[in-house]
Amino acid sequence: MSAAPEPPAPRPRRWLPGPRWLVIAVPMAWLLLFFLVPFFVLGRISLSEPMIARPPYSPLWEVLADGTRVWLGNLENYRLLVEDTLYRNAYFSSIRIAAVSTVAALLIGYPMAYYIARAPEPRRTILLLLIILPFWTSFLLRVYAWIGFLQREGLINQALLGLGIIDAPLRMLNTDFAVYIGIVYTYLPFMILPLYANLVKLDEAFLEAAADLGAGPVTTFFTVTLPLSLPGIVAGCMLVFIPAIGEYVIPELLGASGTLMIGRVLWNEFFSANDWTMAAAVAVVMLFVVVAPIMWLQARIDRQGGGT
Amino acid sequence: MRRGWTLTILAGFGFVFLYAPILSLVVYSFNDSRLVTVWAGFSTRWYAALFTDRAILNAAWVSLQIGVVSATLATALGTLAALVLTRFGRFTGRLLLTGMATAPLVMPEVITGLSLLLLFVSMELTLGWPAGRGMTTVIIAHTTFCMAFVTVIVASRLRDMDESLEEAARDLGAGPVRVFFDVTLPVIAPALVAGWLLAFTLSLDDLVIASFVSGPGASTLPIVVFSKVRLGVSPDINALATIIIAVVAVAVAIAGWQMTRAARRRRQGR
Repeated sequence: MSAAPEPPAPRPRRWLPGPRWLVIAVPMAWLLLFFLVPFFVLGRISLSEPMIARPPYSPLWEVLADGTRVWLGNLENYRLLVEDTLYRNAYFSSIRIAAVSTVAALLIGYPMAYYIARAPEPRRTILLLLIILPFWTSFLLRVYAWIGFLQREGLINQALLGLGIIDAPLRMLNTDFAVYIGIVYTYLPFMILPLYANLVKLDEAFLEAAADLGAGPVTTFFTVTLPLSLPGIVAGCMLVFIPAIGEYVIPELLGASGTLMIGRVLWNEFFSANDWTMAAAVAVVMLFVVVAPIMWLQARIDRQGGGT
Repeated sequence: MRRGWTLTILAGFGFVFLYAPILSLVVYSFNDSRLVTVWAGFSTRWYAALFTDRAILNAAWVSLQIGVVSATLATALGTLAALVLTRFGRFTGRLLLTGMATAPLVMPEVITGLSLLLLFVSMELTLGWPAGRGMTTVIIAHTTFCMAFVTVIVASRLRDMDESLEEAARDLGAGPVRVFFDVTLPVIAPALVAGWLLAFTLSLDDLVIASFVSGPGASTLPIVVFSKVRLGVSPDINALATIIIAVVAVAVAIAGWQMTRAARRRRQGR
């Protein structure tokens, strides 16, 4: 933390192509080509029409015999997106499913994060590692594990039947409930870790002060702990909500065939219907409706100094 | 201590929720029966089946190669990006690079996969490269999305690092390249290792992006596993899961042992 600002050494040669320029250029060029340019390609192909060809979309320009170029692109895919209720429902149900799962993950994750943050030292590290461990194993296999749990002859139904709680097996696999479980299960570590990072910094003196002033544990929790942990809650919720909303694997493996989520709709347009142009249009709308607001919100949170 | 009990029970429930499915995979991988519901005695036949399944073995080999190459590329590129963002001050395009370096973190995989595939197809039409899709295209895609994670990890280490070390080296006459390799790199090395491991794991784990950009000859392990589990529970996949869990558990146990040892040493040193 020296008071001196940056040493002025590299200033004079700022515009000359030197080592400094090269170091900037390499990651910049990679990201421009493989991250930014693809979005323009996406936008361009969303204006085409599906066609039986390789690749399966129509060209945007037609060159006539006299050399003039005729513009062929149109907004037909976007018109369909707006008019067909399937797509609108998919967007809304993605948001709903992601929101419900995020709240459920918060309710399950908060006590766990709190418990770990209050645990004495050797136990705390072990518990934290236990939270991180499933994250390093395969995501696909963890979702797959729930098929065996939730299916008709699965372990949960067997246990409930054996205990005499139910008479007939419950239908759990291929429902929205299974999708909620899958998302909560997969992204729970993402909820717990920022919550833990926040709660572990919570000064016990605040809790003691509240108790001295006559607040019961419940009052203390809602008036002291919860407001102070708000940045952790926001960060954890973002980390669950963002990946959940574009999820494909979980609704495909655990959801009903009618469980619409926008990532699954995009996948099916591309792989089942082979309509690359419609898939591109779905992606473009998703960028503006889902990704842009999330990035805007995150930039705001970062500027306020909270979160992550 | 009523409050303490409620908390312990809630947290305990959470850990059961987290581990019951994983444990059931492990237990049923040793089941002699093909059905998950019937325990037909201990057997390792599914492990034997797994190790004679050429499709799975090939896919695992493809995935490992892709994982190593893209994690290495992602670590190199991500470290450069982190260095530029934390040490280079102002330059034209800084905002653009900041945005592009972190945006992949919030990008839905279906969008990344589709947009990269469309890019590859357009490039092939106009430039003739890449010819078809296969390991190269998967490596490029994985490098791009893993790079963001490396950038975040390395940049946070660079911000925490005491810059006076670098200043001292500069004052003693070391050039920028020398300062980086002799001073900065040793300090941020743990972040590079963490970033590489994360990138490797993410690459091994990715199904969605690989499905879009991979070609017929380059099916990765998740692609093959997904095509199997789509049809329901299959015990050889349980065996595969058990092997992965065992490897990860051993690695995490070693890391945890190192961490507690380091923490104990720090406490004793104080």
